[in-house]
Amino acid sequence: MSGESATRISTGEALTAEDIAAANDAGTRASDDVAQYALRLGDDSLILAQRLGWWISRAPELEEDVALGNIGLDLIGHARSFLTYAGGAWGKTEDDLAYFRSETEFRSAHIFEQPNGDFARTIARQLVVSYFQYELYSRLVDSTDETLAAIAAKAVKEVAYHRDHSVQWVLRLALGTEESRRRMIAGIKLTWPYVEELFQDDELIEKPGGAAVRPSELREPFDALIAEVFAEAELDIPDVPSSLGGGRQGRHSEHLGYILAEMQVLAREHPGASW
Amino acid sequence: MATPSSGLSAVKDIPVPDEAAEAGQAHFDQIMADDSRIEPRDWMPEKYRKSLVRQIGQHAHSEIIGMQPEANWITRAPSLKRKSILMAKVQDEAGHGLYLYSAAESLGTSRDTMMDQLITGKARYSSIFNYPAVTWADMGAIGWLVDGAAIVNQVPLCRASYGPYGRAMVRVCKEESFHQRQGFEILLELANGTEAQKQMAQDAVDRWYAPSLMMFGPPDSDSPNSQQSMQWNIKRFTNDELRQRFVDMLAEQVKVLGLTLPDPDLKWNEERGHYDFGELDWDEFKEVLAGRGPCNSQRMERRREAHEEGTWVREAAVAYARKTAAKRAEQEAGAAS
Amino acid sequence: MTGGSTTGDDGARPVDTEAVDGNPDSAPWPLWEVFVRSSRGLSHVHAGSLHAPDAGMAVRNARDLYTRRNEGVSVWVVPSNAITATDPDAKGAYFESAAGKDYRHATYYTKSEGVKHL
Repeated sequence: MSGESATRISTGEALTAEDIAAANDAGTRASDDVAQYALRLGDDSLILAQRLGWWISRAPELEEDVALGNIGLDLIGHARSFLTYAGGAWGKTEDDLAYFRSETEFRSAHIFEQPNGDFARTIARQLVVSYFQYELYSRLVDSTDETLAAIAAKAVKEVAYHRDHSVQWVLRLALGTEESRRRMIAGIKLTWPYVEELFQDDELIEKPGGAAVRPSELREPFDALIAEVFAEAELDIPDVPSSLGGGRQGRHSEHLGYILAEMQVLAREHPGASW
Repeated sequence: MATPSSGLSAVKDIPVPDEAAEAGQAHFDQIMADDSRIEPRDWMPEKYRKSLVRQIGQHAHSEIIGMQPEANWITRAPSLKRKSILMAKVQDEAGHGLYLYSAAESLGTSRDTMMDQLITGKARYSSIFNYPAVTWADMGAIGWLVDGAAIVNQVPLCRASYGPYGRAMVRVCKEESFHQRQGFEILLELANGTEAQKQMAQDAVDRWYAPSLMMFGPPDSDSPNSQQSMQWNIKRFTNDELRQRFVDMLAEQVKVLGLTLPDPDLKWNEERGHYDFGELDWDEFKEVLAGRGPCNSQRMERRREAHEEGTWVREAAVAYARKTAAKRAEQEAGAAS
Repeated sequence: MTGGSTTGDDGARPVDTEAVDGNPDSAPWPLWEVFVRSSRGLSHVHAGSLHAPDAGMAVRNARDLYTRRNEGVSVWVVPSNAITATDPDAKGAYFESAAGKDYRHATYYTKSEGVKHL
């Protein structure tokens, strides 16, 4: 058996969390402002990956187990890169940040912690998130911060695939059977209150200057693209009030606590251990 | 075979004239004698076909059910690196199940039929997955012992006489070696960690060791299907031969881990050039096989639930494909007129 | 080597892909054969098969299932039932005529051995 080819998991020469950790050690560290920004992006991907991980072995068809697994793996990869980079500013590792922060210290937006629900609700969340992240990363590649730009350059290609995956399913569920259409509409309705928060600017976003992307800039292109998808899927934007959000400031819904309790339980039982 | 195959395979009910069957049998025997490969459309004895569908199907089901004990830890993996490795591994298992279902389908039994046999309890999967994965160290023990035993079992299957099975196994084995290594490294890390971690590792090895040895099947003296499988070049070594090979490997590897194997009778036998090892508790094996393992019903329930909950999604995709194909046909007809 | 044929199917396939209870949407997803080009300059090679509701999903599932380890730069999917194969029982008529025509192979021409650049 050829072990070499089997042990190679990550792709070619793409930037990995390990590369960033090495750069941290060599002194290329994020400023506190940039780190705060990277933390948001890392937390978004981490919490979503945690949600998607649940689906593996429960997807509607085996091929979809594999597809959702790929998306989850991409997201953990992004989370690891962003968190490693952020942690460099504070002498912390990706795992210090993922496993030893409490709820109020997480900076993810509320949409990422929303429950999986049925497959349609998961797909609705994927649609919003992948279109948001695509717009974000396709601008972050021009960040004045080289590391953020490099992480985004890898991520944007992967998120393009996530976008495609979600659209394929939105079309099939919206235009498939009566039941699937009903569920798709319900899933979108449950997801939409959390869209607004993704595009809110705040003080912190100004601090890193050209290193960060202003979320408000992404709203227009996002709306235009979603309108195209919805037109093809014969869906309407639901008329629901937007949630106030607050995730970027550490104010979360009740869901995050459970997500973290599960994610962190083992690591916290053995502080200081290595795995 | 006189009895119809209860809808098992669609290809079989075509009556074959005796003459053709005789020529087919001669061709088949020649292939076996030459140690060559049978391909899907070749004539093959009905028993050979059935035996393969059973074995490959069981193997595929084991991959799919085998996702569960490990998926159980994806959300709790103690580092992000381990979380990605575990997720990739469980995903690989879905992939392996799919490769194997494809191979079985080439024998005329659809995946849908096989899935149905699995969730209605008519088909078996490897009993080992009816044990619970209760600690993180179980991720290590499953990789090292369960995947390790699987590899020892599977490497000879790459040369199985049925072409599609052998080819699926080549792909599976290539990917599986990563699974075993990552498991070993989890244990190595724990064994060199804190006292609590080391204990966790030893406890996992203690629980998974004997069941992993039983993965090779009952002793040769008590294995009715083995003989025929050997004659058909599906199996290349007996259960006991493979088990011995595995024990010999483990006995050395466990030293690197600095852990012990839970068998007081394990001892190097200079004369045989192998390790001697103690009797296994086959009564427990039979109990678990009979459905009385700690997780039998949980595993089945999960698979059934996923399949049933997914019905409306699969139907939506079929409906969409049907509608878009109809629309396209309409447009083409419109363009043509 | 990637792209080693998994199923190597040559047309023998199940036929029980009908819908139940008269619901046309309850039919199982049809089967597709997957061909992967492992790098530029090489042919697409049969990699295996999978189930998908339509071509669009098939090519995506193929990407997810058969290129998880950098195995490919291009993927084809073909409905399994679109493949026409030679009849194995007629393999004599099909393939034995090529045997015995050794003169089609360079190795047949031994007298020119040792002549350079030939």
